[in-house]
Amino acid sequence: MHFDVVIIGAGMSGLAAGIRLAYFDKRVCIVEKHYAFGGLNSYYTLGGRKFDVGLHAVTNYAGPERRSAPLSKLLRQLRLTRDDFDLHEQRFSDVQFPGRRLRFTNDISVFTDEVAREFPLEADRFRRLVERVREYDDLLLDAPYRPARPILRDALGDPVLIEMLLCPIMFYGSAEEHDMDFAQFATMFKSMFLEGFARPRDGVRTIIKALVRKFRASGGKLMMRCPVARLETDGRRVVGVTLESGETLTADVLLSSAGYEETMRLCSHDDAPPQNRESGVHEPGRISFVESIAVLDQPPAKLGHEATIVFYNDHETFTYARPDEPVDLRSGIVCCPNNYEGHDDLPEGVFRLTWLADYEPWMQWDGDAYAAAKKRYHDVFLSQGERFISGFRDHVVFTDMFTPRTIHYYTGHCNGAVYGSPRKRRDGRTALENLFICGTDQGFLGIVGAMLSGITIANLHVLARE
Amino acid sequence: MSDQAVRDIILGIIAVVAPDADLSDVKNDARLRDQLELDSMDFLDIVMELRKRYKIEVPKEDYPQLATLDSCVAYLSPKFAAMATA
Repeated sequence: MHFDVVIIGAGMSGLAAGIRLAYFDKRVCIVEKHYAFGGLNSYYTLGGRKFDVGLHAVTNYAGPERRSAPLSKLLRQLRLTRDDFDLHEQRFSDVQFPGRRLRFTNDISVFTDEVAREFPLEADRFRRLVERVREYDDLLLDAPYRPARPILRDALGDPVLIEMLLCPIMFYGSAEEHDMDFAQFATMFKSMFLEGFARPRDGVRTIIKALVRKFRASGGKLMMRCPVARLETDGRRVVGVTLESGETLTADVLLSSAGYEETMRLCSHDDAPPQNRESGVHEPGRISFVESIAVLDQPPAKLGHEATIVFYNDHETFTYARPDEPVDLRSGIVCCPNNYEGHDDLPEGVFRLTWLADYEPWMQWDGDAYAAAKKRYHDVFLSQGERFISGFRDHVVFTDMFTPRTIHYYTGHCNGAVYGSPRKRRDGRTALENLFICGTDQGFLGIVGAMLSGITIANLHVLARE
Repeated sequence: MSDQAVRDIILGIIAVVAPDADLSDVKNDARLRDQLELDSMDFLDIVMELRKRYKIEVPKEDYPQLATLDSCVAYLSPKFAAMATA
């Protein structure tokens, strides 16, 4: 079967790209290896309860009056309305370090006041940094790589403040260990502090279902449970997509949201000259997480925990790297979906705790060892919950846990690397002239970023090219 | 096709491309981009909608012709006329 465009992956970026192309009358097919949509941002039902795989917060929340904000742009591009996403804003979130706390909401003045309270000498410098970030153009495709830490050390005086900024920002989107690209830092800072957090009342499924509905209504074709076995190339172009079922699709253009390295591994490279494989740049990500989820018998706010998200770190410096142990307990993220506006009447309370994890043991343990490790860290989780809610254990009525192995299962990312490779390809190009990367490894971040990634790559390499 | 009809078609397209834009008082001779806060993504969409709905092609070098409502009418009227007689 021939299509104008074949897209690998029915996650946020693939679906958004698909909507653009199908709406403008391209023959588009999305092939997805799972039975479930969403990739990294998928959802599932367990014990009659609905859970999200990845979503803590939709970052980049901006109201309708902010017409040039990324969220407004993407709704226009996808011909969707705000009602389709049903977004509700956060109440407040905290960054907690030993003896320090920075609270923020979707109003930046709350955050600048908090920085002034906690770091009085930094107030002016921080305001100048905020203005610098505000002017930064997020959608630049050719910004050079500049490490953020030296720039932050020049801009701010107190090293603890720098750590307290990097902690939430790295947790929510850095594929790189220890430091990050300043462009990524600025984009994330905007999406979290100058825009903000929101959540659909029913979780990420609301957004995914809106995308799938729009894609189908625009005439796109979706093939579920269709893993790609191989991309057939002639060394210059992709000439065919062979599915594991044996069926072959052909397309003028291929967009892949499977990750750069993951996509290149699909290419039949017997016939591709080695220079087209870009040997030596194999650089899969190393950042992965475990997350424990507890269903509580009451909403967390009734138990005294009112923050929407808490980023915590138990030392003055924040270490963001693949840990030496299966789980790094020194820092973490707590997310309570109930603590978004308009979520009061959710039937049960949910408390999620996320830690950095070393992917290797989690990927390698066999069934029994894997189950034992989950149990071990589950017990740690139950005791850590006490830090936030007293008597935590007694309120837990149901639990689940995901690990790097789960992330690998849903995303196919090497190492279960949530944010993909540290090397982003912002213009989406690969060595093959009709194959482009969208999604995680293109480099726009978060849920809104993922959708904009699909839109941008579809616009740049298909729609604007004609 | 009358100038007014072409004008209405353009405004109709903008209403689809940017439903959050205020179209109640669009000036004929001022740049649409500035009046309505349209960005380059929105402009690409105006061109794409012209192709989708009316099979009118606007090559990239002609995008500046779509800057104002007046210039849209001047540029697109012959194209709509050619389409009507085709």
